[in-house]
Amino acid sequence: MSRQLAQGALPIARPRGFSLAGVRDRATRGQTGLGRQLMMQAILIFISFTVLFPLLWVISMSLDPRNISRPTELTLIPPGASLQAYFDVLAKPTSNPVTLPQLVFNSFLLGAGVSIASLGLGVAAAYAFSRFRFPARAALMIAIVAVLMVPSVAALAPLFVLLNKITIDMGDFNFNLRNSLLGVGLALTSGALPFAIWNLKGYIDTIPKELEEAALLDGCNSTQTFLRIMLPLATPALAVTAFLGFLTGWTEFVISWQFLTNPENFTLAMALWGMTGQYAANTPWSKFSAMAILVALPVSVVYLSLQRYIVGGLTVGGVKG
Amino acid sequence: MAAVIDASIDEAKLAEPAGSKRGRPRWLTAYLYILPALVIMLAVTYWPILFQVYMSFTDYGLRNLRFDAPGANFVGIENYINLITNQVAQIANFNFWGMLAFNLFWTFSNVIFHITIGILIAVLLNAKGLWFRGVYRAIFILPIVIPTLVVATVWKNMFDTDFGAINQALAGIGGIFGISPDNFHIRWIDQVDPPISWLPLPLSYFALLITNIWLGWPFMTIIATGALQSISKEYYEAASIDGASGRQQFFNITLPLLRPAMIPAAMYGMIVTFNLFNLIYMVSGGGPLRQTEILVTTAFRLVNENRLYGLAAAFGIYTMIILLVLTLLTNRITKATESYV
Repeated sequence: MSRQLAQGALPIARPRGFSLAGVRDRATRGQTGLGRQLMMQAILIFISFTVLFPLLWVISMSLDPRNISRPTELTLIPPGASLQAYFDVLAKPTSNPVTLPQLVFNSFLLGAGVSIASLGLGVAAAYAFSRFRFPARAALMIAIVAVLMVPSVAALAPLFVLLNKITIDMGDFNFNLRNSLLGVGLALTSGALPFAIWNLKGYIDTIPKELEEAALLDGCNSTQTFLRIMLPLATPALAVTAFLGFLTGWTEFVISWQFLTNPENFTLAMALWGMTGQYAANTPWSKFSAMAILVALPVSVVYLSLQRYIVGGLTVGGVKG
Repeated sequence: MAAVIDASIDEAKLAEPAGSKRGRPRWLTAYLYILPALVIMLAVTYWPILFQVYMSFTDYGLRNLRFDAPGANFVGIENYINLITNQVAQIANFNFWGMLAFNLFWTFSNVIFHITIGILIAVLLNAKGLWFRGVYRAIFILPIVIPTLVVATVWKNMFDTDFGAINQALAGIGGIFGISPDNFHIRWIDQVDPPISWLPLPLSYFALLITNIWLGWPFMTIIATGALQSISKEYYEAASIDGASGRQQFFNITLPLLRPAMIPAAMYGMIVTFNLFNLIYMVSGGGPLRQTEILVTTAFRLVNENRLYGLAAAFGIYTMIILLVLTLLTNRITKATESYV
């Protein structure tokens, strides 16, 4: 029935206002009446409130100077609001001997490392998959897409065991790969790289081949075509892939929590979970809230500016530009 | 004849789309582009998965961790059998099939809410002449852009029985109706008795559901908004000329035309929700009594808390197989419904 309406009945053009019923209908429905408008506003204000409630709560908590161990009332702006909790977090975020700049640096390193590795390796592979026909192309692409579905935690045991076997010994630098940010970064790249290849291939597929053919006729070789034609055209997808790779590292919890034991390697995500606390009475509510905002704010702002490229693309295979 | 020649030229073009130097064969160039990614993936993706298959047939444990430790004992398919027959002595209340059933129920129940609420709000936002449309859109994007890690830790604290914002807000609302605040010491996370007696779901499931509805519907709204805006207005004009009511238009035009966009989004949402580690691990911790545990949180506990690496490897393989089946099934459903409109 719906199919008939969607396909059959609709394209038939009829003179406007041919039916009296239609005219009346449009008069009442087309322009939104005041009552209807107010009802919609009421619903949307309620929905906005539910969306904003957790955010307002965290912000309010983070401004509370008392770092109260037992918050018992909801206030939008707590009495004597100050940025004290932020300073406390800056000075000593957790009971571990690690400073906030160190945590930020570690998380940044992880994010940047995963981002650069997955993007650098991924874009070349994506270009080849999109533009070349070569033996075993389909098999390789299936192998890459297949691991996209595997969450890293499902392969945690072998990653942990294998990286634990490797000790890097370079004079002063003597460390177990598992117990290092490099090891965590490698484990994260195992998931981020296939995603980058798949995502970038989807985008490159949408770029017309004619531009490269023109470059070829003008005497570019394939490397020049890739560097001078393809990369600039793929900028939106590159930005999104780089950002999603960064986000993977910046907010990663599972692998870092399992791998890292030295506080100087700890990340923001680990510290934040540490502050959430097993028992409410021990939760440093204001410091936790300030920390949550510090972790979320930078990546949220970037996400906000990129979201129109990200959201649609995730479901159709490749971000749009 | 001419058409045949044209076609063959086109094919030749397609086969040679981008530049290649005369000397090096094109397939070699392609492999050079892929090689770095392939080497890294062989080392950090495929080799661990192969090693995982080996580990899953052993009793790999803490004692085998050191690099000079003896190899683990081969135990055949014991790990696989023990997992599906719930013989995991180290974890109390381990129930593989119950967990899988909960994981699937968790996934479907969430995605149904996400899609329904997402579409309704998208339609509301799309209403002609709506005031403050941009303001609402800007607010509704927030759950998407905040990292789930932060969302999960914040909601965990919000559900705190004595000091959490949820109970305090409920007490505040209850106060308006003269209900004593003592009624709002709801133990969202720890209460063992199911809130609905005939439904074997703990209260923490509903806490998780509320959190994930908050988290999930805006994504669907964005997808639905994009699809709504691409529906030609002429359909609605023609329908109202034919005398179709608003409800009829919604069910006969809007919904069918949203389908092609919503089904891939639902599929994506299902895979994400099925593996939603941060939310379950951080908000409910899988409790009470492992009732809200899902596959990925259990996989983590087997490694992180129980250190049963061999068993965890087998569990990981099960997880991958289940995900593969789920993906193939949803893919099939997507394909089957693609031609609907």
